[in-house]
Amino acid sequence: MKHLLSTHDLSVDEIVGILDVADHMAEINTRALPKVPALRGKTIASVFFEDSTRTRLSFETAAKRLSADVMTFMASSSSLNKGESLRDTIETLSAMGIDALVIRHKSSGVPQTITQWTDAAVINAGDGWHQHPTQGLLDAYTVTREFGTKDSLQGRSIAIVGDIKHSRVARSNIDIFRRLGAHVVVVAPPALLPSNVESWGVEVRSTIDDVVGDVDVLYMLRMQLERMDSAIVPSLPEYCATYSLTPERAAQMGKGSLLMHPGPINRGVELIVDPADVPGSCILAQVKNGVSVRMAILFSLLGSGATSVLQQGAES
Amino acid sequence: MNAPFVIKGATIVNPDAMFVADVAISNGIITAVGEALEADLVLDGTGCYLSSGFVDLHTHLREPGKEEAETIESGSRAAALGGYTAVVAMPNTDPAQDNVATVRFVRDQGVKAGLCEVVPSGCITIGRLGKQMVPYARLAEEGVTLFTDDGTGVQDALLMQRALAIAAQLGVTMAQHCEVASMTKGAVMHDGECCSSMGVPGWPSEAEEKMVQRDIGLVRSTGAKMHFLHLSTAGSVSLVRAAKAEGLPITAEVTPHHLALHDELLRSFDPVFKVNPPLRTAEDIEALKAGIADGTIDAVATDHAPHAGHTKEQPLDVAPPGMLGLETALGVLNTATVVSPQQIASLMSWAPARIAELTERHGRSIAVGEPANIAVWDTTSVWTVSRDNLSSKSRNTPYHGMDLRGRVRHTIFNGEIVVRDGKALK
Repeated sequence: MKHLLSTHDLSVDEIVGILDVADHMAEINTRALPKVPALRGKTIASVFFEDSTRTRLSFETAAKRLSADVMTFMASSSSLNKGESLRDTIETLSAMGIDALVIRHKSSGVPQTITQWTDAAVINAGDGWHQHPTQGLLDAYTVTREFGTKDSLQGRSIAIVGDIKHSRVARSNIDIFRRLGAHVVVVAPPALLPSNVESWGVEVRSTIDDVVGDVDVLYMLRMQLERMDSAIVPSLPEYCATYSLTPERAAQMGKGSLLMHPGPINRGVELIVDPADVPGSCILAQVKNGVSVRMAILFSLLGSGATSVLQQGAES
Repeated sequence: MNAPFVIKGATIVNPDAMFVADVAISNGIITAVGEALEADLVLDGTGCYLSSGFVDLHTHLREPGKEEAETIESGSRAAALGGYTAVVAMPNTDPAQDNVATVRFVRDQGVKAGLCEVVPSGCITIGRLGKQMVPYARLAEEGVTLFTDDGTGVQDALLMQRALAIAAQLGVTMAQHCEVASMTKGAVMHDGECCSSMGVPGWPSEAEEKMVQRDIGLVRSTGAKMHFLHLSTAGSVSLVRAAKAEGLPITAEVTPHHLALHDELLRSFDPVFKVNPPLRTAEDIEALKAGIADGTIDAVATDHAPHAGHTKEQPLDVAPPGMLGLETALGVLNTATVVSPQQIASLMSWAPARIAELTERHGRSIAVGEPANIAVWDTTSVWTVSRDNLSSKSRNTPYHGMDLRGRVRHTIFNGEIVVRDGKALK
């Protein structure tokens, strides 16, 4: 594996392999000194053409715990404002001698496009509506570890609620959840369902009440408020009446079922309930697991391949 | 005056007959068609077909305004290499071809280049903004026969109806780029399975078909001639088939790329495959081919759309739509579809010459006394397209590295050899 551009690039064995390595990383993260020299001498550039807090910090934390050097490129302070092209930006960064580019861009396909302009490994940290493969992997890690079913989601049902059409998280998660064996249900207003959703291999339901009491995982997507301006849903209250998780609905969630959200949360929109009041909420576990899973991804792409090196930090 | 010459051994392709003969040309005129003709200058036509030169109804030459992508001279050279003796220059230049001065400029630059006839089209609305009609009568006096806002469809139904009513009086043709803009905001590719999984805004088939349907109604009420540009969907073909059966004065074209390429190619996110209307599905391709077979589709037109390299090195949603087409049109048509030599000549020369009203000089039979606008081409030689070897100033061909069957050997424009053995002579 040279790049991580899309969940579709990964076989089920590779997905399971990354999640297994993440267990090692999670152990490292519990140590008093949570740092190993596995990627010492490697340089990782985080290149964010679009704002992000958690994904960028999660990647940078992961890289530092593996002792890699990290460069941060923020579009707002870059030569892009001087009209530099994407190609020139990537070629310039690459010429500095970096081993991996962690890239986020508002346009679908940019991580794939830039592979032709760099020798570095390219890791997709979210591109347009297309893919967010590290989110898919960290969510798969979270669900399998919460349920203690390690390599499989066989027999589990997962509902993803909200703006499916414009969601890169939905595209990555649906693919991974399904291939690990889960039954996936999507719940969205018609204008926020992707066209040709019937080709996605998911069940489509029209209200959150159809699923809230039945599924093992309720995965709430962020509802972008700017979508309320165009002719997509009649109004915010109308949307909330059908799709938001209220305290009443949360009370119907099955015992042991999980509440997840990729963040950032729009409180009062998709989550009217305080997630702290939902027993099955693992929203903060997702963030914590994100560091371990991204360490596993960086290590899988850039490391020696032998997990024994992960013991080094513990001994020193 | 050019020296007399003879093209020997080709199979002449005329609407009423096909036969092997030599063709002698002198002073811009075909002077003899027969056996064992001799001259000091002989072009080899063995193994080839010889027809009237091709006519492209849909060429973006980019001059004036985007000379870094193409000039009238470089585009004319690409056209000549593709066997074209006339091209209709689309009006989305800068300034747009909505006025006499720009129309004259384009025509004159074509004359200067001297590689094919450059026939300026006119806009339907000023600046192609869809608001205000251009002086149709004044432009018609300048010889404009085809009006279009290509690149965008005329959204205002009332304006379109009034423009058609004027067109009916003047006897000119309105050519529509069928796209309901409200349904294609930000659209990148065909709104199908591929688009859905790639997470990019889709260009639904309905957005084309709704405007085809509207304009068929307007043609019915005004009696004006309407040409549909670059039809891309199965539904559009059905609509046009029914309208023609009704006897409405409607013609339609399809591009080579819509016959040969489908939306799955976009999975690479390579903007070289981004085009408007977008590449569609296998079912649409079959419907377009059926439209060619039963005559619903009159013409193959290139929609040759050069873009400077850096503009296509952008994210898929930002890069401009369009692909090169002039030098590959014959090969793509002949490779992607099963067509006879007479069908090729009809789709690429006779019908487009009629639609653009160029039949005084183009799209005519090969016979003594006829103007010598001729293409000599084969349907058997296999060649590999390389974006580095095309004569266009831009490199955005979607066929790079592909093998095509069928190629132009010689092109004669106004009696002058402009392409010989696949090489442009000027």
